[in-house]
Amino acid sequence: MTTTHDPRAASSADELTAEQLQERFDALIAADQRIEPTDWMPEDYRRTLVRQMSQHAHSEIIGMQPEGNWITRAPSLKRKAILMAKVQDEAGHGLYLYSAAETLGTPRDEMFEQLMSGRAKYSSIFNYPARSWADMGAIGWLVDGAAICNQVPLCRASYGPYGRSMVRICKEESFHQRQGWEILYTLSHGTPKQKQMAQDAVNRFYGPALQMFGPPDDQSPNSQQSMDWKIKRFSNDELRQRFVDMIVPQAEALGLTLPDPDLAWNEERGHYDYGELDWDEFFGVIKGHGPCNQQRLQHRIDAHENGEWVREAAAEYARKMQERAARADTDTAPAGSEQR
Amino acid sequence: MTSENTPAQAPVGQQSESATGGAPAGRHQWPMWEVFVRPSRGLSHVHAGSLHAPDAQMALRNGRDLYTRRNEGVSVWVVPTAEVSASDPDRRDAFFESAKGKEYRHATYYTKSEGVKHL
Repeated sequence: MTTTHDPRAASSADELTAEQLQERFDALIAADQRIEPTDWMPEDYRRTLVRQMSQHAHSEIIGMQPEGNWITRAPSLKRKAILMAKVQDEAGHGLYLYSAAETLGTPRDEMFEQLMSGRAKYSSIFNYPARSWADMGAIGWLVDGAAICNQVPLCRASYGPYGRSMVRICKEESFHQRQGWEILYTLSHGTPKQKQMAQDAVNRFYGPALQMFGPPDDQSPNSQQSMDWKIKRFSNDELRQRFVDMIVPQAEALGLTLPDPDLAWNEERGHYDYGELDWDEFFGVIKGHGPCNQQRLQHRIDAHENGEWVREAAAEYARKMQERAARADTDTAPAGSEQR
Repeated sequence: MTSENTPAQAPVGQQSESATGGAPAGRHQWPMWEVFVRPSRGLSHVHAGSLHAPDAQMALRNGRDLYTRRNEGVSVWVVPTAEVSASDPDRRDAFFESAKGKEYRHATYYTKSEGVKHL
Protein backbone atom coordinates (compact mmCIF):
# COMPACT_ATOMS: atom_id res chain seq x y z
CA MET A 1 0.00 0.00 0.00
CA THR A 2 1.39 3.37 -0.93
CA THR A 3 1.63 6.07 1.70
CA THR A 4 1.53 8.87 -0.78
CA HIS A 5 -0.52 11.42 1.04
CA ASP A 6 -1.79 11.80 4.53
CA PRO A 7 -3.81 14.88 5.40
CA ARG A 8 -3.41 14.02 9.06
CA ALA A 9 0.34 14.34 8.91
CA ALA A 10 0.23 17.46 11.05
CA SER A 11 -2.49 16.04 13.22
CA SER A 12 -2.79 17.50 16.66
CA ALA A 13 -4.46 14.30 17.84
CA ASP A 14 -1.08 13.23 19.17
CA GLU A 15 -1.24 16.03 21.72
CA LEU A 16 -4.36 14.59 23.35
CA THR A 17 -4.21 11.83 25.92
CA ALA A 18 -5.85 8.47 25.27
CA GLU A 19 -8.62 9.40 27.71
CA GLN A 20 -9.31 12.70 25.97
CA LEU A 21 -9.50 10.98 22.59
CA GLN A 22 -11.86 8.35 23.95
CA GLU A 23 -13.98 11.07 25.56
CA ARG A 24 -14.25 12.98 22.32
CA PHE A 25 -15.21 9.80 20.44
CA ASP A 26 -17.83 8.90 23.07
CA ALA A 27 -19.25 12.41 22.93
CA LEU A 28 -19.63 12.24 19.15
CA ILE A 29 -21.42 8.89 19.40
CA ALA A 30 -23.64 10.14 22.23
CA ALA A 31 -24.60 13.22 20.18
CA ASP A 32 -25.53 10.94 17.26
CA GLN A 33 -22.80 12.51 15.15
CA ARG A 34 -20.94 10.53 12.53
CA ILE A 35 -17.38 9.29 12.89
CA GLU A 36 -15.32 10.09 9.80
CA PRO A 37 -12.20 8.30 8.54
CA THR A 38 -9.78 10.90 9.82
CA ASP A 39 -11.21 10.89 13.36
CA TRP A 40 -9.56 9.00 16.17
CA MET A 41 -11.50 5.84 17.02
CA PRO A 42 -10.98 2.90 19.40
CA GLU A 43 -9.19 -0.03 17.77
CA ASP A 44 -12.11 -2.35 18.56
CA TYR A 45 -14.52 -0.02 16.78
CA ARG A 46 -12.25 0.02 13.75
CA ARG A 47 -11.82 -3.76 13.80
CA THR A 48 -15.56 -4.38 14.19
CA LEU A 49 -16.32 -2.09 11.27
CA VAL A 50 -13.69 -3.59 8.99
CA ARG A 51 -15.05 -7.05 9.76
CA GLN A 52 -18.69 -6.10 9.26
CA MET A 53 -18.18 -3.93 6.18
CA SER A 54 -15.83 -6.35 4.41
CA GLN A 55 -18.17 -9.28 5.16
CA HIS A 56 -20.97 -7.19 3.79
CA ALA A 57 -18.93 -6.46 0.64
CA HIS A 58 -18.01 -10.15 0.27
CA SER A 59 -21.70 -11.06 0.52
CA GLU A 60 -22.56 -8.73 -2.35
CA ILE A 61 -19.78 -10.17 -4.48
CA ILE A 62 -20.53 -13.83 -3.70
CA GLY A 63 -24.23 -12.99 -4.00
CA MET A 64 -23.77 -12.46 -7.73
CA GLN A 65 -23.27 -16.20 -8.23
CA PRO A 66 -26.68 -17.77 -7.53
CA GLU A 67 -28.29 -15.23 -9.86
CA GLY A 68 -25.50 -15.08 -12.43
CA ASN A 69 -26.18 -18.78 -12.78
CA TRP A 70 -29.60 -17.98 -14.32
CA ILE A 71 -28.71 -15.17 -16.71
CA THR A 72 -28.31 -17.46 -19.70
CA ARG A 73 -31.52 -19.30 -18.87
CA ALA A 74 -33.82 -16.37 -18.11
CA PRO A 75 -37.23 -17.01 -19.74
CA SER A 76 -37.24 -13.84 -21.87
CA LEU A 77 -34.89 -11.19 -23.14
CA LYS A 78 -36.49 -8.60 -20.86
CA ARG A 79 -36.04 -10.78 -17.79
CA LYS A 80 -32.47 -11.48 -18.83
CA ALA A 81 -31.72 -7.75 -19.10
CA ILE A 82 -33.31 -7.15 -15.69
CA LEU A 83 -31.34 -9.97 -14.09
CA MET A 84 -28.10 -8.66 -15.57
CA ALA A 85 -28.85 -5.19 -14.23
CA LYS A 86 -29.45 -6.70 -10.81
CA VAL A 87 -26.22 -8.70 -10.81
CA GLN A 88 -24.34 -5.58 -11.93
CA ASP A 89 -25.87 -3.74 -8.99
CA GLU A 90 -24.57 -6.41 -6.61
CA ALA A 91 -21.09 -5.90 -8.03
CA GLY A 92 -21.50 -2.15 -7.56
CA HIS A 93 -22.67 -2.61 -3.97
CA GLY A 94 -19.64 -4.76 -3.25
CA LEU A 95 -17.38 -2.03 -4.62
CA TYR A 96 -19.07 0.78 -2.63
CA LEU A 97 -18.55 -1.25 0.51
CA TYR A 98 -14.96 -2.24 -0.23
CA SER A 99 -13.97 1.38 -0.77
CA ALA A 100 -15.84 2.44 2.37
CA ALA A 101 -14.01 -0.29 4.32
CA GLU A 102 -10.69 0.83 2.88
CA THR A 103 -11.10 4.20 4.60
CA LEU A 104 -10.42 2.27 7.81
CA GLY A 105 -6.96 1.34 6.63
CA THR A 106 -7.34 -2.18 5.30
CA PRO A 107 -6.28 -2.42 1.64
CA ARG A 108 -8.68 -4.01 -0.78
CA ASP A 109 -6.43 -6.83 -1.87
CA GLU A 110 -6.05 -7.80 1.77
CA MET A 111 -9.84 -8.09 2.05
CA PHE A 112 -9.90 -10.16 -1.15
CA GLU A 113 -7.25 -12.40 0.32
CA GLN A 114 -9.25 -12.84 3.53
CA LEU A 115 -12.29 -13.90 1.51
CA MET A 116 -10.45 -16.29 -0.77
CA SER A 117 -8.49 -17.95 2.02
CA GLY A 118 -11.77 -18.56 3.85
CA ARG A 119 -10.79 -16.41 6.84
CA ALA A 120 -13.53 -13.88 6.16
CA LYS A 121 -17.18 -14.85 6.16
CA TYR A 122 -20.03 -13.80 3.91
CA SER A 123 -23.77 -14.15 4.33
CA SER A 124 -24.62 -17.85 4.67
CA ILE A 125 -27.69 -17.45 2.45
CA PHE A 126 -25.49 -17.55 -0.66
CA ASN A 127 -24.37 -21.06 0.15
CA TYR A 128 -27.78 -22.33 -0.90
CA PRO A 129 -28.29 -23.32 -4.55
CA ALA A 130 -30.66 -21.52 -6.93
CA ARG A 131 -32.41 -24.54 -8.39
CA SER A 132 -35.13 -23.05 -10.56
CA TRP A 133 -36.13 -19.79 -12.23
CA ALA A 134 -38.60 -19.29 -9.39
CA ASP A 135 -35.60 -19.01 -7.08
CA MET A 136 -34.76 -15.72 -8.80
CA GLY A 137 -38.12 -14.54 -7.54
CA ALA A 138 -37.68 -15.90 -4.02
CA ILE A 139 -34.15 -14.50 -3.76
CA GLY A 140 -35.28 -11.06 -4.90
CA TRP A 141 -38.32 -10.96 -2.65
CA LEU A 142 -37.07 -12.72 0.49
CA VAL A 143 -33.27 -12.45 0.40
CA ASP A 144 -33.09 -8.88 -0.89
CA GLY A 145 -36.11 -8.04 1.23
CA ALA A 146 -34.33 -9.24 4.38
CA ALA A 147 -31.20 -7.40 3.27
CA ILE A 148 -33.13 -4.14 2.88
CA CYS A 149 -34.73 -4.59 6.30
CA ASN A 150 -31.25 -4.99 7.74
CA GLN A 151 -29.71 -2.20 5.71
CA VAL A 152 -32.19 0.64 6.11
CA PRO A 153 -31.16 1.24 9.75
CA LEU A 154 -27.50 0.93 8.67
CA CYS A 155 -27.95 4.14 6.65
CA ARG A 156 -27.69 5.80 10.07
CA ALA A 157 -24.64 3.80 11.16
CA SER A 158 -22.24 5.91 13.19
CA TYR A 159 -19.41 5.44 10.71
CA GLY A 160 -19.96 8.00 7.93
CA PRO A 161 -18.65 6.14 4.88
CA TYR A 162 -20.62 3.00 5.84
CA GLY A 163 -23.86 4.94 6.22
CA ARG A 164 -23.34 6.75 2.94
CA SER A 165 -22.74 3.51 1.02
CA MET A 166 -25.86 2.06 2.59
CA VAL A 167 -27.97 5.02 1.42
CA ARG A 168 -26.86 4.38 -2.13
CA ILE A 169 -27.35 0.62 -1.80
CA CYS A 170 -30.84 0.87 -0.28
CA LYS A 171 -32.00 3.13 -3.11
CA GLU A 172 -30.97 0.48 -5.60
CA GLU A 173 -32.12 -2.58 -3.65
CA SER A 174 -35.79 -1.68 -3.72
CA PHE A 175 -35.91 -2.52 -7.43
CA HIS A 176 -34.41 -5.92 -6.62
CA GLN A 177 -37.14 -6.81 -4.17
CA ARG A 178 -39.97 -5.68 -6.41
CA GLN A 179 -38.69 -7.50 -9.46
CA GLY A 180 -38.35 -10.69 -7.36
CA TRP A 181 -41.86 -10.34 -6.04
CA GLU A 182 -43.12 -9.82 -9.58
CA ILE A 183 -41.41 -12.99 -10.83
CA LEU A 184 -43.23 -14.93 -8.11
CA TYR A 185 -46.50 -13.12 -8.87
CA THR A 186 -46.28 -14.08 -12.54
CA LEU A 187 -45.55 -17.70 -11.67
CA SER A 188 -48.21 -17.94 -8.98
CA HIS A 189 -50.78 -16.64 -11.49
CA GLY A 190 -49.64 -19.05 -14.20
CA THR A 191 -50.22 -22.77 -14.58
CA PRO A 192 -50.57 -24.97 -11.47
CA LYS A 193 -47.09 -26.28 -12.18
CA GLN A 194 -45.66 -22.75 -12.29
CA LYS A 195 -47.42 -21.87 -9.07
CA GLN A 196 -45.95 -24.99 -7.50
CA MET A 197 -42.51 -23.87 -8.64
CA ALA A 198 -43.01 -20.51 -6.92
CA GLN A 199 -44.25 -22.18 -3.74
CA ASP A 200 -41.30 -24.57 -3.73
CA ALA A 201 -38.84 -21.68 -4.03
CA VAL A 202 -40.51 -19.79 -1.17
CA ASN A 203 -40.48 -22.95 0.94
CA ARG A 204 -36.73 -23.31 0.51
CA PHE A 205 -35.76 -19.67 1.02
CA TYR A 206 -38.08 -18.66 3.87
CA GLY A 207 -36.03 -20.12 6.74
CA PRO A 208 -32.58 -19.14 5.46
CA ALA A 209 -33.87 -15.61 4.70
CA LEU A 210 -35.07 -15.22 8.30
CA GLN A 211 -31.68 -16.39 9.47
CA MET A 212 -29.98 -13.59 7.55
CA PHE A 213 -30.61 -11.35 10.56
CA GLY A 214 -28.17 -13.45 12.52
CA PRO A 215 -28.56 -15.68 15.58
CA PRO A 216 -31.17 -14.93 18.27
CA ASP A 217 -30.24 -12.00 20.53
CA ASP A 218 -29.22 -14.22 23.45
CA GLN A 219 -26.69 -15.98 21.20
CA SER A 220 -25.29 -12.85 19.59
CA PRO A 221 -22.62 -11.65 22.00
CA ASN A 222 -21.25 -8.78 19.86
CA SER A 223 -24.62 -7.19 19.15
CA GLN A 224 -24.77 -5.06 22.29
CA GLN A 225 -21.38 -3.46 21.67
CA SER A 226 -22.36 -2.69 18.07
CA MET A 227 -25.55 -1.11 19.32
CA ASP A 228 -23.68 0.95 21.92
CA TRP A 229 -21.47 2.21 19.11
CA LYS A 230 -24.59 2.94 17.04
CA ILE A 231 -23.32 0.83 14.17
CA LYS A 232 -26.34 -1.39 14.68
CA ARG A 233 -29.60 0.32 15.62
CA PHE A 234 -31.88 -2.66 16.23
CA SER A 235 -31.25 -6.18 17.52
CA ASN A 236 -31.31 -9.27 15.29
CA ASP A 237 -34.65 -10.44 16.69
CA GLU A 238 -36.25 -7.00 16.36
CA LEU A 239 -35.32 -6.82 12.69
CA ARG A 240 -36.40 -10.41 12.07
CA GLN A 241 -39.79 -9.65 13.61
CA ARG A 242 -40.14 -6.53 11.49
CA PHE A 243 -39.41 -8.60 8.38
CA VAL A 244 -41.88 -11.37 9.26
CA ASP A 245 -44.59 -8.76 9.83
CA MET A 246 -43.90 -7.32 6.38
CA ILE A 247 -43.79 -10.53 4.37
CA VAL A 248 -46.94 -12.21 5.69
CA PRO A 249 -49.32 -9.88 3.82
CA GLN A 250 -46.95 -9.87 0.84
CA ALA A 251 -47.18 -13.68 0.65
CA GLU A 252 -50.97 -13.42 0.82
CA ALA A 253 -50.93 -10.98 -2.09
CA LEU A 254 -48.92 -13.56 -4.03
CA GLY A 255 -51.39 -16.31 -3.22
CA LEU A 256 -48.54 -18.33 -1.71
CA THR A 257 -48.02 -19.66 1.81
CA LEU A 258 -45.04 -19.38 4.12
CA PRO A 259 -43.73 -22.76 5.31
CA ASP A 260 -44.19 -22.16 9.02
CA PRO A 261 -47.04 -23.90 10.88
CA ASP A 262 -46.49 -21.66 13.91
CA LEU A 263 -46.98 -18.46 11.96
CA ALA A 264 -49.94 -16.65 13.53
CA TRP A 265 -51.04 -13.13 14.37
CA ASN A 266 -50.55 -12.36 18.03
CA GLU A 267 -53.11 -9.76 19.02
CA GLU A 268 -51.46 -9.07 22.33
CA ARG A 269 -47.99 -8.38 20.92
CA GLY A 270 -49.28 -6.77 17.74
CA HIS A 271 -46.89 -8.96 15.77
CA TYR A 272 -46.84 -12.29 14.00
CA ASP A 273 -45.49 -15.21 16.02
CA TYR A 274 -43.21 -17.46 14.04
CA GLY A 275 -41.71 -20.89 14.63
CA GLU A 276 -38.26 -21.86 15.85
CA LEU A 277 -35.65 -21.72 13.07
CA ASP A 278 -33.12 -24.47 12.46
CA TRP A 279 -30.06 -22.89 14.07
CA ASP A 280 -28.00 -26.09 13.89
CA GLU A 281 -28.28 -25.87 10.14
CA PHE A 282 -27.38 -22.15 10.22
CA PHE A 283 -24.22 -22.67 12.24
CA GLY A 284 -23.35 -25.68 10.06
CA VAL A 285 -23.58 -23.56 6.91
CA ILE A 286 -21.46 -20.84 8.52
CA LYS A 287 -18.83 -23.42 9.40
CA GLY A 288 -18.64 -24.38 5.73
CA HIS A 289 -21.04 -27.32 5.55
CA GLY A 290 -23.71 -25.68 3.40
CA PRO A 291 -24.70 -27.12 0.03
CA CYS A 292 -22.56 -24.68 -2.01
CA ASN A 293 -19.81 -23.26 0.24
CA GLN A 294 -16.94 -24.83 -1.65
CA GLN A 295 -18.38 -24.12 -5.06
CA ARG A 296 -18.99 -20.44 -4.28
CA LEU A 297 -15.52 -19.85 -2.90
CA GLN A 298 -13.80 -21.78 -5.67
CA HIS A 299 -15.71 -19.82 -8.29
CA ARG A 300 -14.60 -16.56 -6.70
CA ILE A 301 -10.97 -17.72 -6.57
CA ASP A 302 -11.09 -18.84 -10.22
CA ALA A 303 -12.61 -15.54 -11.32
CA HIS A 304 -9.92 -13.62 -9.46
CA GLU A 305 -7.07 -15.72 -10.82
CA ASN A 306 -8.42 -15.77 -14.37
CA GLY A 307 -8.66 -11.99 -14.25
CA GLU A 308 -5.04 -11.55 -13.22
CA TRP A 309 -3.78 -11.01 -16.78
CA VAL A 310 -6.39 -8.32 -17.37
CA ARG A 311 -5.33 -6.42 -14.26
CA GLU A 312 -1.69 -6.77 -15.23
CA ALA A 313 -2.31 -5.68 -18.82
CA ALA A 314 -4.24 -2.60 -17.71
CA ALA A 315 -1.53 -1.62 -15.23
CA GLU A 316 1.18 -2.15 -17.84
CA TYR A 317 -0.74 -0.10 -20.40
CA ALA A 318 -1.14 2.73 -17.89
CA ARG A 319 2.59 2.59 -17.11
CA LYS A 320 3.54 2.73 -20.80
CA MET A 321 1.21 5.62 -21.52
CA GLN A 322 2.66 7.52 -18.59
CA GLU A 323 6.16 6.84 -19.81
CA ARG A 324 5.27 7.99 -23.28
CA ALA A 325 3.69 11.17 -21.93
CA ALA A 326 6.78 11.86 -19.84
CA ARG A 327 9.03 11.38 -22.88
CA ALA A 328 6.86 13.73 -24.95
CA ASP A 329 7.17 16.32 -22.17
CA THR A 330 10.98 16.22 -22.15
CA ASP A 331 11.04 16.34 -25.97
CA THR A 332 8.96 19.50 -26.09
CA ALA A 333 10.50 21.17 -23.04
CA PRO A 334 13.38 22.97 -24.82
CA ALA A 335 11.05 24.28 -27.50
CA GLY A 336 8.72 25.55 -24.81
CA SER A 337 11.47 27.38 -22.97
CA GLU A 338 12.75 29.00 -26.17
CA GLN A 339 9.36 30.47 -26.86
CA ARG A 340 9.36 32.12 -23.49
CA MET B 1 -27.28 12.83 -3.10
CA THR B 2 -25.04 12.73 -0.05
CA SER B 3 -21.72 14.45 -0.20
CA GLU B 4 -18.60 13.20 1.48
CA ASN B 5 -16.90 15.97 3.36
CA THR B 6 -13.39 14.64 3.58
CA PRO B 7 -11.14 12.98 1.04
CA ALA B 8 -11.58 9.98 3.21
CA GLN B 9 -9.44 7.47 1.45
CA ALA B 10 -6.22 9.38 1.74
CA PRO B 11 -5.07 8.33 5.19
CA VAL B 12 -5.08 4.64 4.39
CA GLY B 13 -1.32 4.26 4.48
CA GLN B 14 -0.66 5.33 8.01
CA GLN B 15 -3.56 3.43 9.45
CA SER B 16 -2.82 0.21 7.66
CA GLU B 17 0.38 -0.08 9.63
CA SER B 18 -1.30 0.21 12.97
CA ALA B 19 -4.40 -1.76 12.02
CA THR B 20 -2.93 -4.59 10.01
CA GLY B 21 0.76 -4.65 10.73
CA GLY B 22 1.70 -3.34 7.30
CA ALA B 23 1.01 -4.56 3.82
CA PRO B 24 2.55 -7.79 2.57
CA ALA B 25 5.31 -7.37 0.03
CA GLY B 26 4.68 -7.71 -3.69
CA ARG B 27 1.45 -5.74 -3.83
CA HIS B 28 0.64 -4.06 -7.08
CA GLN B 29 -2.74 -2.60 -6.42
CA TRP B 30 -4.18 -0.04 -8.83
CA PRO B 31 -4.15 3.49 -7.40
CA MET B 32 -7.28 4.95 -5.86
CA TRP B 33 -9.36 7.72 -7.43
CA GLU B 34 -12.07 9.98 -6.05
CA VAL B 35 -15.14 10.23 -8.28
CA PHE B 36 -17.26 13.38 -8.64
CA VAL B 37 -20.55 13.36 -10.53
CA ARG B 38 -22.56 16.31 -11.90
CA PRO B 39 -26.18 15.20 -11.50
CA SER B 40 -27.49 17.60 -14.16
CA ARG B 41 -26.74 20.86 -15.91
CA GLY B 42 -26.65 23.77 -13.52
CA LEU B 43 -25.43 21.71 -10.55
CA SER B 44 -21.90 21.24 -9.23
CA HIS B 45 -19.97 18.00 -9.38
CA VAL B 46 -20.47 16.21 -6.06
CA HIS B 47 -18.28 13.54 -4.52
CA ALA B 48 -19.86 10.16 -5.20
CA GLY B 49 -17.23 7.76 -3.87
CA SER B 50 -13.94 6.19 -4.82
CA LEU B 51 -12.56 3.34 -6.86
CA HIS B 52 -9.33 1.71 -8.00
CA ALA B 53 -8.18 2.09 -11.60
CA PRO B 54 -4.86 1.90 -13.45
CA ASP B 55 -5.24 5.26 -15.20
CA ALA B 56 -7.55 8.25 -15.62
CA GLN B 57 -9.32 6.83 -18.65
CA MET B 58 -10.22 3.61 -16.86
CA ALA B 59 -11.13 5.55 -13.72
CA LEU B 60 -13.62 7.58 -15.78
CA ARG B 61 -15.16 4.47 -17.32
CA ASN B 62 -15.29 2.61 -14.03
CA GLY B 63 -16.69 5.72 -12.37
CA ARG B 64 -19.45 5.87 -14.95
CA ASP B 65 -20.27 2.17 -14.51
CA LEU B 66 -20.12 2.32 -10.74
CA TYR B 67 -21.81 5.63 -9.92
CA THR B 68 -24.16 6.42 -12.83
CA ARG B 69 -25.97 3.16 -13.60
CA ARG B 70 -29.30 4.98 -13.30
CA ASN B 71 -28.60 8.20 -15.16
CA GLU B 72 -27.29 9.91 -12.03
CA GLY B 73 -24.95 12.09 -13.99
CA VAL B 74 -24.18 14.12 -17.10
CA SER B 75 -20.49 14.55 -16.28
CA VAL B 76 -17.85 12.75 -14.22
CA TRP B 77 -14.55 13.96 -12.76
CA VAL B 78 -11.90 11.63 -11.37
CA VAL B 79 -9.02 12.80 -9.18
CA PRO B 80 -6.19 10.64 -7.86
CA THR B 81 -6.84 10.29 -4.13
CA ALA B 82 -3.17 10.95 -3.46
CA GLU B 83 -3.53 14.41 -5.02
CA VAL B 84 -6.19 15.60 -2.59
CA SER B 85 -5.04 17.96 0.14
CA ALA B 86 -7.30 18.26 3.16
CA SER B 87 -7.55 20.38 6.26
CA ASP B 88 -6.67 18.65 9.49
CA PRO B 89 -9.87 17.48 11.22
CA ASP B 90 -8.14 17.67 14.58
CA ARG B 91 -7.36 21.35 14.05
CA ARG B 92 -10.89 22.06 12.87
CA ASP B 93 -11.68 24.57 15.60
CA ALA B 94 -8.61 26.70 15.03
CA PHE B 95 -8.83 26.41 11.27
CA PHE B 96 -12.40 27.63 11.05
CA GLU B 97 -12.23 30.02 13.99
CA SER B 98 -12.29 33.24 12.02
CA ALA B 99 -15.78 32.51 10.71
CA LYS B 100 -17.17 31.95 14.20
CA GLY B 101 -18.93 34.64 16.20
CA LYS B 102 -19.61 36.71 13.13
CA GLU B 103 -23.38 36.53 12.98
CA TYR B 104 -23.36 39.94 11.28
CA ARG B 105 -22.37 38.11 8.11
CA HIS B 106 -25.90 36.70 7.97
CA ALA B 107 -28.96 38.68 6.90
CA THR B 108 -30.84 37.37 9.95
CA TYR B 109 -28.53 39.45 12.21
CA TYR B 110 -30.31 42.63 11.15
CA THR B 111 -33.77 42.87 12.71
CA LYS B 112 -34.80 46.52 12.57
CA SER B 113 -36.04 46.12 9.01
CA GLU B 114 -38.61 43.48 9.99
CA GLY B 115 -41.97 44.26 8.38
CA VAL B 116 -40.39 46.53 5.80
CA LYS B 117 -40.95 45.04 2.37
CA HIS B 118 -38.25 43.89 -0.04
CA LEU B 119 -35.50 44.20 2.58
